[in-house]
Amino acid sequence: MPQITYREAIRHALAEELTRDPNVVVMGEEVAQFNGAYKVTEGLLAKFGPDRIVDTPISEAGFIGLGVGASMLGIRPVMELMFWSFYSVAFDQILNNAANVRYMSGGQINCPIVIRGPANGGTNVGATHSHTPENVLANHPGVKVVVPATAYDAKGLLKSAIRDNDPVFFLENTILYGDKGEVPEAEYVIPLGKADVKRTGTDLTIVTYGRCVIHSLKAAETLEKEHNISVEVVDLRTIRPLDIDTVLASVQKTHRVLIVEEQKPFASVGTQLAYMIQREAFDDLDGPIHRLATVDAPAIYSPPVETEQLPNPGRVVKAVLAALA
Amino acid sequence: MSKKPSAPAAKKVESAVPASDYALTPINASLSREQKIELYRTMVRIRRFEERSLRAYQGKNAAGGTNIGGFLHLYIGQEAVAVGCCSLMGKNDHVITAYRDHGHAIAVGMDTKPLMAELYGKITGCSKGKGGSMHYFSPDKNFWGGHGIVGGQIPLGTGLAYALKYQGKKGAAMAFMGDGAVNQGAVHEAYNLASLWNLPVVFVIENNGYSMGTSQARSSAGELAKRAAGYNMDWGQCNGHDVFEVRAVMDHFLTQAREHSRPSTVEIDTYRYRGHSVADPDNTYRTKAEVEEYRNNKDPIQVALHQLLAAGVFTAEIAEQIDAEARTEAEIAAEFADASPYPTVDDIQKDVYWESDHPAERKSEGRLFFD
Ligand SMILES: Cc1ncc(C[n+]2csc(CCOP(=O)(O)OP(=O)(O)O)c2C)c(N)n1
Ligand SMILES: [Mg+2]
Repeated sequence: MPQITYREAIRHALAEELTRDPNVVVMGEEVAQFNGAYKVTEGLLAKFGPDRIVDTPISEAGFIGLGVGASMLGIRPVMELMFWSFYSVAFDQILNNAANVRYMSGGQINCPIVIRGPANGGTNVGATHSHTPENVLANHPGVKVVVPATAYDAKGLLKSAIRDNDPVFFLENTILYGDKGEVPEAEYVIPLGKADVKRTGTDLTIVTYGRCVIHSLKAAETLEKEHNISVEVVDLRTIRPLDIDTVLASVQKTHRVLIVEEQKPFASVGTQLAYMIQREAFDDLDGPIHRLATVDAPAIYSPPVETEQLPNPGRVVKAVLAALA
Repeated sequence: MSKKPSAPAAKKVESAVPASDYALTPINASLSREQKIELYRTMVRIRRFEERSLRAYQGKNAAGGTNIGGFLHLYIGQEAVAVGCCSLMGKNDHVITAYRDHGHAIAVGMDTKPLMAELYGKITGCSKGKGGSMHYFSPDKNFWGGHGIVGGQIPLGTGLAYALKYQGKKGAAMAFMGDGAVNQGAVHEAYNLASLWNLPVVFVIENNGYSMGTSQARSSAGELAKRAAGYNMDWGQCNGHDVFEVRAVMDHFLTQAREHSRPSTVEIDTYRYRGHSVADPDNTYRTKAEVEEYRNNKDPIQVALHQLLAAGVFTAEIAEQIDAEARTEAEIAAEFADASPYPTVDDIQKDVYWESDHPAERKSEGRLFFD
């Protein structure tokens, strides 16, 4: 199987869906002529032309609202946010209009929009550019939230997202864009809402998603080698809908849980997970549910310190040891 | 690419005909007698519907409970705007507006029974009791709401125009907003996109002089529609008390949109007689005399009545009959609403996701809902 980057995987998904459905349009700041701020959309303008690959002014509320309106008439806009951090200036369009229009119309209106872009810390860009809003987004019934960790997942999930009839928010990661992974040449899709056990183990389950999957897998190797601890890593891949069954099955096997997330701790995705695990697998637990999150402060700039504010393999190892102590 | 705008400079479009002769402009002169009467009838139907809804709001149901909850923003006094504009709609023309949406909903042809039922929060409502007064929708009538956040619908309206253009359909979107909405940033982002991309949208500012209790003078610097010029869009102003004038002026801008895919902004002067919503005691920011002045001299229904009587289009008897029918229609709508059932608690989680509403076609897995 060819190895391609996470960035290329997303680009291939876009290109395939643009080819498949003439109603798909890619829109955002610098997506066309500039080839994308993170080069995800590189080459798409040349291939699909300016009607399909559209550069926008710096008007997130304006162009995302426009995408919502267009989607009501059957367009399938894939909107790029240069950073998901900028969702705050388009919050009303994303979470009042896209998330609510189906409901408030009594099911008369579909809103098949995808909003995608990177949402991560770890790049020393300070608090304004390091938000991870998957918890905020997933709080809104009516929307779907996807956070892929690998090239394979990113491609298959994005294709499902574009075909979905509801708003899907797709949160990528600038640090993963260059990571290579095996991606088949033949077409495939991955259904939303399906977790993936990225590593099997018997002593403890790490429930995680996004870049923290990569950290957790590294930590699991260290734990295996240096501590003889066998960790299972469950990658949620999709936050909403949520594949809690895969999580619970793993908990029933290992009886110990650590949630690892690049989230501020208060009312995070992990908060919801912990509630559901204790509610639905209480008798299977041999100890309290543990969690490793971002250190609770706005994202610090200072490069060496930011690494320690976020989950990282070293912090995961410590958290697992603490959970099993 | 150059730094200079390539499109010709925006202009204020002055009306081509003298103020007294709007009925003679081709778009009005070509109307049949029945069509003229229909304009009048639609305005009267809106007025009687809303008056009836106000009585329902203030009254109690048989169980002693409220008929209508929350906000009720009445359009009374503004009817010529929605009726004039929507009467110009062709099959590829679309409408979106804010929360003061009853007039537009009736003007695009929605049945008043489900509209009243929606106010009552009944399952037979146009949004199954899920939207309420501010959130009427009817995609089958090209009516896309009904939006509660001031100015938030304007990017959506621009998106409707984008879709029309993308799909190669010759049509226009009308995106309505109040005079207060022009101060929202999203409106300005939408203006820029519409003009930059040559989208077929007409932004309609219904200037009723107030945003809640704040007068235009206390909220907005400069002329409202003129802001469009900053985005290189043509703009115009019009008297919204005369349905024929609204049609004549809007016809020009809609044609610009449909034929040349150019957006524009039209400010229509109008007035609401009732408070901002039923909750507004309406005694702090304007005088009774001002309201009476409009009611007595500029009421759109009275203006149309006099025009149509003077032109011999109909008689006073027919006008009275139209009024009686509109009252009956509103009463029937209220009876329908009253007799209809509420949604059930099970209905709360319907219409949230397309996939949960179409379980056989669902492709995703996992839990969509949480408890
Ligand atoms: C973003 C936002 N801010 C405030 C409000 C509360 N609000 C509702 S209507 C309104 C006044 C709007 O006035 P205008 O745009 O002139 O419309 P009109 O009510 O006169 O039709 C306000 C402040 C709101 N709904 N949305
Ligand atoms: Mg107003």
